[in-house]
Amino acid sequence: MPHPLRDVAIAGVFNTEQARTLEGRDSLSLAVEGALGALADAGLSIEDVDGVAGQFAAEMVLGARMGPCSRKLSTHGIPTVLEAASMIAFGECEVVVIGAGGAAMYMERSATAPWTRPSNELVVGYGLFTAAEFALMARRHMLQYGTTREQLALAAATVRNNGHVNPDAVYCGRGPFTVDDILASRMVADPFHLLECSMTSEGGCGLVLTSASRALDAATTPVWILGGAGDTYGPAYVVPPVWDLRGRGDDLPAGYVGRRAARKCFALAGLGPSDVDVAEFYDPFSFEIIRQLEAYEFCGEGEGGPFVEAGHIAAGGSLPVTTDGGTMSFSHAGLNAQMLQRVIRGVQQVRGTCPSSQVPDVEVAMCTNGGSGALFTDVMLLASERP
Amino acid sequence: MTALRPQAVGIPVGAHSAAAEPYWSGCLRGELLYQRCTECREVNMKPASSCAACGAAALTWERSEGRGRLYSWTVVWRPQHPSFEVPYAPAIIELDEGFWLMSAMVGCDDEDLRADLPVVVEFHAASDDVTLPYFRPA
Repeated sequence: MPHPLRDVAIAGVFNTEQARTLEGRDSLSLAVEGALGALADAGLSIEDVDGVAGQFAAEMVLGARMGPCSRKLSTHGIPTVLEAASMIAFGECEVVVIGAGGAAMYMERSATAPWTRPSNELVVGYGLFTAAEFALMARRHMLQYGTTREQLALAAATVRNNGHVNPDAVYCGRGPFTVDDILASRMVADPFHLLECSMTSEGGCGLVLTSASRALDAATTPVWILGGAGDTYGPAYVVPPVWDLRGRGDDLPAGYVGRRAARKCFALAGLGPSDVDVAEFYDPFSFEIIRQLEAYEFCGEGEGGPFVEAGHIAAGGSLPVTTDGGTMSFSHAGLNAQMLQRVIRGVQQVRGTCPSSQVPDVEVAMCTNGGSGALFTDVMLLASERP
Repeated sequence: MTALRPQAVGIPVGAHSAAAEPYWSGCLRGELLYQRCTECREVNMKPASSCAACGAAALTWERSEGRGRLYSWTVVWRPQHPSFEVPYAPAIIELDEGFWLMSAMVGCDDEDLRADLPVVVEFHAASDDVTLPYFRPA
């Protein structure tokens, strides 16, 4: 049987300017700018678009006078890309554009960012926000496997140092950071220090997916989707983030959310973890890097910390991670853009066009979204070779 | 070493769902309630009108003894909202009846927190009409 996404390619990607704040901008205009930039990257015109996916999909159709268009409404990064891919695979569309952006949302700086604060009745009274939710997962791993603060800090330093050398990162030039630098930053939610947490910023981005035949004629080298899948254990930030929470389907704990999805991806691709050249992991907190190494079986359970200490995830290592600096240093606009930006960086790595930290000869890139504290993880595999 | 105390009245408390109303009424009386299915006897983690384990619309409220163990915790030094006083220690409690509850540790120092610490519930008002369960070392 041919691969289900054999006739789908990613033909264009684009990041707008990213900054701590972009004066006078709003989320929709950044999403439109991201979408138009991705079309230009692909050498396609807005007249070619017959599908829109993701954040603001319907608004973008009206706001950019597109249409009539198909539209899908998933608002998370990797599922959005998979929806766009399905629109092409099903023959519904020829050119699908995705745009996302965030600005003018984080105005009350005495509180944590609005998207970090859960409002559910069972958790709201305990002052939780994403750093605290993810800390509750990290603590269990530290208790169970002896994972150390230094190992967490090294994961954060690695990602932040990728941002330090990335000219497009919000925190370009802010490093380099050592483990001691990370541990000397102020405590936010133990065990997470400030420099182990994602930052907040503003920015937009876009992607264009099209049919294989059009992509092969497009301005850029097509990037192919080998697989995509997601796991969830329930709504984020409603029940306590319990590492040992289990569904009835299997024995995987919520702490390893994403393992089932990664196995599905690898199975469809006919590949395994050792085939991945670069891992564009979502990096909301330092611990999530260590957790994902174990969840996707790059190493054994409890071996994520030593794997990081051995230098595998650093630039030049066997599995460089989050090479643009991720949400800790590149950008974190809050809703959807920073999730799509994992896929955008994966595309740049496969194309060989990264402005910094380009891994040589990338054939397979893994991109991920979400995290244990939010009880969901999405996984995608990109490749240079058509499946 | 810093003492962990309950938050003062005035923190965000959110809107209460119909399914959880008995839970909140119990808290006001100083009783920790949880749902159990009268069909399959499983404990239900999130207040609902039907059982997550067997689907039966047969959930009943039972009173917990309010005793359990500290499963996981964090100590927060950057408040989610300025109405929270730091430090505070959100904690997941594993109750003896077999369910997990989101709460916070009080009545001890941050350095006293350790895995499997035996804990017992106590109640503190968070607003005029909402009382929250907290836990302290037993």
